[in-house]
Amino acid sequence: MSITIQEVEHIANLSRLALSDEEKANMTDTLGKILNFATELQELNVENVQPTTHSLPLKNVLRADEARTWLTQEEALSHAPEQEDGQFCVPAVMEG
Amino acid sequence: MSLLNASIRELHTRITTKEIKPSELVAASLERIAATDSKVRAYLHVNGDLAMERARRLDDNVSPDAPLLYGIPGATKDNMNTKGLPTTAGSKILEPYVSAYNATVVDKLEARGAVSVGKLNMDEFAMGSTGENSAYFPTHNPWNLDRVPGGSSSGSAATVAAGQVLFALGSDTGGSIRQPASFCGVVGLKPTYGLVSRFGLIAYASSLDQIGPMTQSVEDNAVVLQAIAGHDKRDSTSANVEIPDYLSALTGDIRGLRIGLPKEYFGEGLDAGVRAEIEKAVKLLESLGATVGDVSLPHSKHAVATYYLLAPAEASSNLARFDGVRYGLRVEGDNLIDMYKKTRGEGFGEEVKRRIMLGTYALSSGYYDAYYLRAQKVRTLIKQDFDNVFANYDVILSPTAPTTAFKLGEPIDNPVQMYLNDIYTIPVNLAGIPAISVPCGLVDGLPVGLQLIGNAFDESTLLRVAHAFEQAASFTARASM
Repeated sequence: MSITIQEVEHIANLSRLALSDEEKANMTDTLGKILNFATELQELNVENVQPTTHSLPLKNVLRADEARTWLTQEEALSHAPEQEDGQFCVPAVMEG
Repeated sequence: MSLLNASIRELHTRITTKEIKPSELVAASLERIAATDSKVRAYLHVNGDLAMERARRLDDNVSPDAPLLYGIPGATKDNMNTKGLPTTAGSKILEPYVSAYNATVVDKLEARGAVSVGKLNMDEFAMGSTGENSAYFPTHNPWNLDRVPGGSSSGSAATVAAGQVLFALGSDTGGSIRQPASFCGVVGLKPTYGLVSRFGLIAYASSLDQIGPMTQSVEDNAVVLQAIAGHDKRDSTSANVEIPDYLSALTGDIRGLRIGLPKEYFGEGLDAGVRAEIEKAVKLLESLGATVGDVSLPHSKHAVATYYLLAPAEASSNLARFDGVRYGLRVEGDNLIDMYKKTRGEGFGEEVKRRIMLGTYALSSGYYDAYYLRAQKVRTLIKQDFDNVFANYDVILSPTAPTTAFKLGEPIDNPVQMYLNDIYTIPVNLAGIPAISVPCGLVDGLPVGLQLIGNAFDESTLLRVAHAFEQAASFTARASM
């Protein structure tokens, strides 16, 4: 099992990570080694085995939809790199 | 003997009889940190003034029925939110974040009078086995400053081993409490998944993460567990179970206890010196009246591979929130997506990026079934192995880690080699069951940890066995700092 630099670039894009050329080379090498190691799981017969997502037998934990006191808008915004009029600011996503 | 080497119960007696004041104890802790932490580097942030202010308030309200943790200095791993204090998770991407609220565990400790003296160093986002993945600086092992303390709860183990505090909280996703406890000669418990609320813990892998206590003794561990266990409405994955009285489990009596030794945990890769110490521990437990049998956990050899698909997959989702919008670092880009990428590319360290990439790959179109879904199925097989053994045994005994602490700064060419260090701890997280690491001996002056694994929500049995062992083994060596 190996992974190509093109695949690394594709995964980095999906992961929203900017990687340097050196990092891409390093990822190609180390991810390849890890995925190669993980191929051992392909040997196992998992037919009719249910997947485990969670070790507790919990399902659909619900609560009443009630208003509670929590962070104020000011507190929630207090760490924003950029804010305006009580909202988080991001670079424009639409033209014009 | 220093105040800080006494037990929490002894200190409680001395506080409630007004022999010592909480402020004297907290001052002793801060002095010890000031004297030793330039070498150990367990702390990312020391909370001196606030801690002393709080301790002096406690001085005025000492009563005979004060909780056991009243006036006791402790500290938390820096992935737990502490209102008004910096929280970094060992990463640069959150700087200069200051928590707006307390994690439930922090609230619970405060409500019982414990005094937090600071925030502890850790591998970035709890990803690592040496503490060297901290974005700030590596923590040193108090037993030998050229060695790693283990990880990811590196600062938590080191501060307890250095006698700076009476207890620390760590978090354990694949061994991050138990392995550093083993390397630093302290007691570390990973509770059953869901026993302790994770509200306010910065998530790494949500189906595996659990908070637990790290202490100098099993009794202290039981005291801290008692304080933090229990259902929390704010964490819907916390279990609504009755919490037993853990201290009353420490009877010293383990006659008739059935201990299983999994042959897969004593195979290739186990250091001969560590093996010898574990075998001595088994004999000691037998001499106390336990019966020992060989058992098999046949799928454990696949646990590391399973973990390194599932945990990164969950991490890739959990760490999506660090995007330069709501808190922490922002690196400007040409557009929104470019800003995300540059922020995350610069803010995350190498191992974090590797695990995000690995998890994204395992979840991506065309690979989901072959990697992620298959790993979830193998997780079922690993869990069934434990269920089968617990039908006939009370606890499973193994080494916590294959070796003692390794040297700081050793280059790692292949991450898989480092991942295999967690081979005895990872299966426990996948199964969601509890396990404790207790110091059992030294090899070349470095501590060895004995791991005891229990059935779900049976922390009482684990603590009882660990305590009986600790008392009989009388392992009293301490790091000489």
